[in-house]
Parts: sequence; C-alpha cells; structure tokens
Amino acid sequence: MPLSRDQIAKRIAKELKDGYYVNLGIGIPTLVANYIPKDIQVIFQSENGLLGVGEFPSEADVDPDLINAGKQTVTAITGACYFSSADSFAMIRGGHIDLTVLGAFEVDETGNIASWMIPHKLIKGMGGAMDLVAGAQNIVVAMIHANREGQSKLLQRCQLPLTGVHCVKKVVTDLAVLEIHNNAFYLKEKARDVSLETIKRLTEGRLIIEGTIPDIEV
Amino acid sequence: MAGFHKVVQSYPEALEGLKNGMTIMVGGFGLCGIPEGLIRSVGNLGTTDLICISNNAGIDDFGLGILLKKRQIKTMIASYVGENNLFEELCLKKEMDVQLIPQGTLAEKIRAGGAGIPAFYTPTGFGTLVAKDKESREFKGRFAILEEALTADFSLIKAWKADTFGNLMYRKTAMNFNPIMATAGAITVAEVEEIVEAGDLDPSHIHTPGIFVDRIIQGQFEKRIEQMTIKSSIGSTHATQS
Repeated sequence: MPLSRDQIAKRIAKELKDGYYVNLGIGIPTLVANYIPKDIQVIFQSENGLLGVGEFPSEADVDPDLINAGKQTVTAITGACYFSSADSFAMIRGGHIDLTVLGAFEVDETGNIASWMIPHKLIKGMGGAMDLVAGAQNIVVAMIHANREGQSKLLQRCQLPLTGVHCVKKVVTDLAVLEIHNNAFYLKEKARDVSLETIKRLTEGRLIIEGTIPDIEV
Repeated sequence: MAGFHKVVQSYPEALEGLKNGMTIMVGGFGLCGIPEGLIRSVGNLGTTDLICISNNAGIDDFGLGILLKKRQIKTMIASYVGENNLFEELCLKKEMDVQLIPQGTLAEKIRAGGAGIPAFYTPTGFGTLVAKDKESREFKGRFAILEEALTADFSLIKAWKADTFGNLMYRKTAMNFNPIMATAGAITVAEVEEIVEAGDLDPSHIHTPGIFVDRIIQGQFEKRIEQMTIKSSIGSTHATQS
C-alpha cells in the first residue's frame, strides 16, 4: 500500500533530532508536527516571524495577529518569540535552521527541486522556498512519487522552473524513502507491499537499489 | 510651532503627496498586520500606475486586493500570489507587470534600501529564473547573485502602538515586513491601534525608532482572518508550518 499523507509525515518526523530548529512547508510537511517523537524537543520556525509555533488555538484563543506562514491561526509555545521578516530570513539564509521540510512538484537526480510554478497554468510564487532550500542545513522533500497518469515526479532533470539547484538530499514519497547523491536516487526504504518493480517503473531518474530494501515503518 | 508633529487626523493628510506612478511599500503578511485604512484610502483616492511592493496582494476583496480590483497597480513586486485568484489571473494573462521575488531576498532588498546599501549578493535563487540577467559571483565555493535594494516614495505600515515621536511597537506576527518597510520609505506612514504620549512606551521595547516614521494615524482595524484553524477542526494536537 502506498503511504497516506499522514504516514509520509510520520516517516519524516523520524528525521527530527533533539534540539533541532525546524521549518515546515505548506501541505504534507505541516502534518509532521503531529508526529514528533515523545523523547525529543524541537522548535518550529515560521518565516512570517515566529520561533516556537504551537498548536492550533481553541476557538477562544484565536488571535488574528498570530498566524503561521500558511496564514492559519496558531498559538505560540512558552518561550516563543516574534521578529521581523528580515530577522526571520537571517535565520533561514544564515544557515541557522537545522531542518527544512517542503513539498515539490518535481525533484531530479541531481538534487534540483521545482515547486513554485507551472508555466501558463499555475503561479503560486516562491514565497520563502528559494531561501529555505538555499539556506537550510538539511532538506527533506515530501511528495507524491508519480501523478495519477503514472508519470514520475522523480526525474532525470526537472522540467518545471526550479526553486533550487543541487540542494535536495532526501525525498520521502508515498512509495519510498530515497537519498540523492552522485546524480542518482538511492532507494533506502519502500512502502510495505509495494514492489521494487513498481518503484523502478515510477522513477524516471537514475535509481540505485543496493542490497535488501527494508519496509518503511510507520 | 517647533517640534515633532507626526500625528495626522485624516487619511488624505496621511497620504498627502501620493501621486500616480509612485512606488509604495505596504506592510503585512497575508492579511496579518496590514494598514487597512491606508490601503482603503489609496483605493478611494484612485491613484493609478502604482508600483506596489508587498509580500502578498491580499485577497480578492480585502487588503491590496482592493487596489488590484480597481487596476490601480501597474507593477506588483511580491513573493507569493497564493490564494488571490485575481492576482494569479492578472499574472497569467500578463495584464499587470508582476515581479516575483524570493521572500528572504525581498526582505533583504527592503532592509538594504532602508540602510543605504545599494545591492548585495545572495545564493538564494542561483540557477533559477530569479537569476536571469543578474550578475553572479563565486564566494567560498558557492555561487551568489547580485540583487539590488528597494526603496519607495511611500511606505504604508501597520503597528500596534506609536508614541507621538513615532516610536513604534508591533504585536506578535503582525510585525513581519512592517519594521523594514518603515526604514525604506521616503515618507513612512504608520497606521496604528493606539497612540500614546512620548515617554509612555518603554524605550527598551521600541521596535522601530521614531526617526523612520513621518506620519502616524489612528486606525480602526477589522483584522480579517484568512485561514481560521482551530484545534478541533483539524483533529491535530499540533500545528505548524511555514
């Protein structure tokens, strides 16, 4: 079975380490916060100017002056702080964020990522994504392996306008966990009951499979 | 009368000198921390051919969406189109000149503009469309592109509290782009929730020193929420994202 969105998030949560400052993108990455391992503490940064993003508020606690970068109302944890967009991006561009999790339309075997526009069709804007991929110590991409027509999103070369070059080292999809180096996708884990043949068929970029591939534990 | 008289009583006074074709910066992130009354007043004045610098462009009927709807903006400089359908449509149909800039580069361009730095190098956007026609250079084994600073004829910002000298404090994530835009406007107008006497704010807690602020106006804020999310509605115990 391919992983659900929540299962992808749950697997990515295992990449969190105690003491990490983490920035989560919109979509599946947001869900990662629901699966923080019990024995560690991490702090979430939101690029609109909050270090220490907390839970969604109760109805009584909703504050229009307190949102995350997805414009959702949130709360702040005890010990949180607020700052300007310039300070926020000093954190991001200065390499102070330990881990960034973001979504993508495409990634390729050289570590390129495309996530901000589809020409003539969709313009979202890059928001903070280009800064995040240029500045973070560690980037994990959460995405769907192939579209409904079975076309791979793990490519030899991204076709869409890029968000960043040679920056992605790890991808977690609904089918697999892969690392990118030496211009190839290295298969590290696979979803239970998904065959290697399926992953091979749905990965257009160079795929390397070494030894026995364990199932993703979620 | 000698002294600093920054508090104005009306929006026309707050926007006096704003002309067609000028460049304006508008603070806020989404609908959070936007100068609601100042934007509405630019709409009422009908000023056209504006070059507008703001992270987003509001939603269809609120915030900068009002100026988009009335086609008062010739060029929009922003980082995120997001959920504004009209913005996306104007963008795709090329009815409005749109420059999309990475959010951190946008913030730094504004910061640099306010600080008198004409340009800077950054790795953000190297190898992407953003780097097109820009100089690039290698520093310590990494490529970076040259980005030029931004300034404006008017910066329209929102703050929580102002004193009569123009010292400002912001509240929570309504701060966002406001403090840096305050520094980059030839004329900076702050629309605030509360105006107090000079000396009533703790000098150690001032976010924006009064030297950057030219006019202050008391605003009335609706503070519309773009994405209302509450604990039970999502079924998650924890929320974050960016």
